[in-house]
Amino acid sequence: MSLDLDQALQTYIAEARELLQDMEDALLRLEADPNDADTIGAIFRAAHTIKGSAGLFGLDPIVSFTHIVEDVLDRVRDGDVVIEANLIAVLLESGDHMLHLVNVVAAQGGQLDAEAIARENGLRIRLQAYQASQDSSKVSHAVQVETETSFQSSGGGFVETDNWHISLRFGQNVMRDGMDPLSFIRYLSTLGEIVSITTMFDALPLADEMDAESCYLGFEIDFKSDADKATIAGVFEFAREGSLVHILPPHSKLTEYIELIRSLPESETRLGEILVATGALTQQELESGLSEQQTSARPDGSTTPLGEILVEQRSVEHEVVQAALDKQTQSKDSKNKESRYIRVQADKLDELINMVGELVIAGAGVSLLAQRVKDNPLQEAASVMSGLVEEIRDGALRLRMVPIGETFNRFQRVVRDVGRELGKDIELVITGADTELDKTVVEKIGDPLMHLVRNAMDHGIESASIRQEKGKPEKGTLRLNAFHDSGSIVIEIVDDGGGLNRDRILQKARDRGLIAPNVTPPDQEIYNMIFEAGFSTAEAITNLSGRGVGMDVVKRNIAALRGTVSLDSAVGQGTTVSIRLPLTLAIIDGFLVGVGKSSYIVPLDMVHECIELTENDRQATGERSYLNLRGEVLPFVMLREHFEIEGNGARRANVVVVSCAGQKAGLVVDELMGEFQTVIKPLGKIFSTLRGISGSTILGSGEVALILDVPSLVQQAVNRESQHVSTRQLTH
Amino acid sequence: MPIIATNKNGQSLLHIEGDMTIYTAADMKSELIAHMAQPCEREIDLSEVSEMDSAGLQILILAKREAEKHGTSMRLSGHSRAVLDVLDMCNLASYFGDPVVLSCNEKKGQ
Repeated sequence: MSLDLDQALQTYIAEARELLQDMEDALLRLEADPNDADTIGAIFRAAHTIKGSAGLFGLDPIVSFTHIVEDVLDRVRDGDVVIEANLIAVLLESGDHMLHLVNVVAAQGGQLDAEAIARENGLRIRLQAYQASQDSSKVSHAVQVETETSFQSSGGGFVETDNWHISLRFGQNVMRDGMDPLSFIRYLSTLGEIVSITTMFDALPLADEMDAESCYLGFEIDFKSDADKATIAGVFEFAREGSLVHILPPHSKLTEYIELIRSLPESETRLGEILVATGALTQQELESGLSEQQTSARPDGSTTPLGEILVEQRSVEHEVVQAALDKQTQSKDSKNKESRYIRVQADKLDELINMVGELVIAGAGVSLLAQRVKDNPLQEAASVMSGLVEEIRDGALRLRMVPIGETFNRFQRVVRDVGRELGKDIELVITGADTELDKTVVEKIGDPLMHLVRNAMDHGIESASIRQEKGKPEKGTLRLNAFHDSGSIVIEIVDDGGGLNRDRILQKARDRGLIAPNVTPPDQEIYNMIFEAGFSTAEAITNLSGRGVGMDVVKRNIAALRGTVSLDSAVGQGTTVSIRLPLTLAIIDGFLVGVGKSSYIVPLDMVHECIELTENDRQATGERSYLNLRGEVLPFVMLREHFEIEGNGARRANVVVVSCAGQKAGLVVDELMGEFQTVIKPLGKIFSTLRGISGSTILGSGEVALILDVPSLVQQAVNRESQHVSTRQLTH
Repeated sequence: MPIIATNKNGQSLLHIEGDMTIYTAADMKSELIAHMAQPCEREIDLSEVSEMDSAGLQILILAKREAEKHGTSMRLSGHSRAVLDVLDMCNLASYFGDPVVLSCNEKKGQ
């Protein structure tokens, strides 16, 4: 049992996190469109579900805090509290706090620390402001306010009784939903004294039409209690969907009672009698109330027609029906969603991918053997099999693929909060949200992205006044974009701000000795200087960024994912940061090359073409390390020299032309051995400082091949070439 | 089925046993209403009703109303503790208008 409960709790935690995310998204939507009833409903339901399930697990801290949030949301839903920026801010922070509660109380079974408790108390006070403003607005939320005003002039007296009056008409589905109306009454009686109760069963249809599992009951209750309205309303909160719950506080206005009578489905006379009989109203009060209503002239001179009352009643019913329908479609939706997704533990998926990796290696072994024995049918069978294995590999890897949109959407909140903090109006535009990449990559890209986004908002986008001066739209735009490009995913963070100050970066780089005083590298390179450690050009250090730590960390984090980051900027127009990441961390299509007796793998996506190293070029390698590739300068790296492989070079050498992030370079190898599916085995920690190698793999023959880190090799080749050029410039 | 009908001097005695809850309500309803259509005086013995919820209560109200419609009478007798609790809570004892007496079993139980 405890195990089952534990599993259920895990599900709850996962669900609660999802719900909180939904809630946050919805709140942000609400900021754009404050009157969207569907969104308000969605937020309320999220809070309601979190609270309800937390109660199931006895997570009292979550219940007690969420209750307040839910209460405020309920008022918002009823239109008693108007959505405004401060409320959304409080609710967003409350959402954060709820997430913290879920993480600490539910996931770790711990207690809040002092800081969190202080935060919670602060939030409670701020939330209570919204609750209190409701309490002072005297109207029971089920009673329409609009008609109330028309009566205020006529029957403003207060009734004598000091009891609460509660009218309940349960929805037909209450019992099917597993709730017994009687248990609400039982619970109510624990909060005070039920002075009188009348059971209403006028709604009970004829025997033939009656469904024994539908609820047709209602209650008129006079109730003596010191509890506040929220507590009493809380008793019926689970019945609220589809049910009518009217709660009149002690000494309510007579008009409110009359209004109540009118809004209930039973006839006025019958209800009037009941109210008098139970002592809620005196006969006198009732008569005066009803007669006032009849004679009260409307502004246009006509009396309230009976038809209008009926319409009003029907409109109440209409809402009930609507709510029921909503609930139905909602449950249908969630069912569809459930059937579309299966929750699988990440370990199982990893295990599967591991096995597929082994399968790929074994398959490669079979192909190799088949080639060696030169048995045609066997080779054919092996090639069919390797085709299938390839598909299985792709399928298995796709299982881990998730759209990046979810990560992007999280930044809506960040942009909103940071924008507010900085006093800048910034809009986040997301494109390419459907672009998929490996889940592990998604998880790790969050932090670097966060830093880049904050940086762009803080330093990139100018304040509204400066923007206006420059003739730009006052509202800044930050763009997050993602797309696939030759086996990698490219994530772009684009701002339309002032761009980088090239001269200042150059100056600073020279000051720090990163660039020789008389050398002027291309702009691209200058911009990328800001990824160097301790490099900050910000004039003012703000809370968010500008301390010079960060960009180098961003670069390091991305490099750890085998990715690269580059930056482009145009003065006055903005900055684009591009992050290029491999799609997956587990298996790649490789191109197998041989140098001496060793084998190396070049990721196939980066291979452009293969050419032969001509005799002329080979002789020239002593003095220069570039080739003429159809009129283009192609720097190259001799792998034999780079890895210090012993033995003489083969008679013929080949050049594999690879490209990475717009730069091309050649790798000189002895032998080209063709395509090879490569399962990446990470290198041990000892090799972590090794440059030029990103991993290893096992060949079909059981030999180990090293996977080349093409970006760093290309960078090396290009750098060496430009050094050559600059030293030559110096000697001239 | 938990309703046992016996006939005594043209008066039918319906003995309900077990739960009168949402789980039994549908069966209970069809059976009880069928009995109500008989043109005779009847008494419903509730002494063996072990549990009652809103659904059960509705069935009783429905039966009472059906009986009135057919111009016959329906009396409840031997209310068990469970039935009494519900009728008390809903203030419906006067609606059914039957003398409420604790059954022997219930007394022994106390």
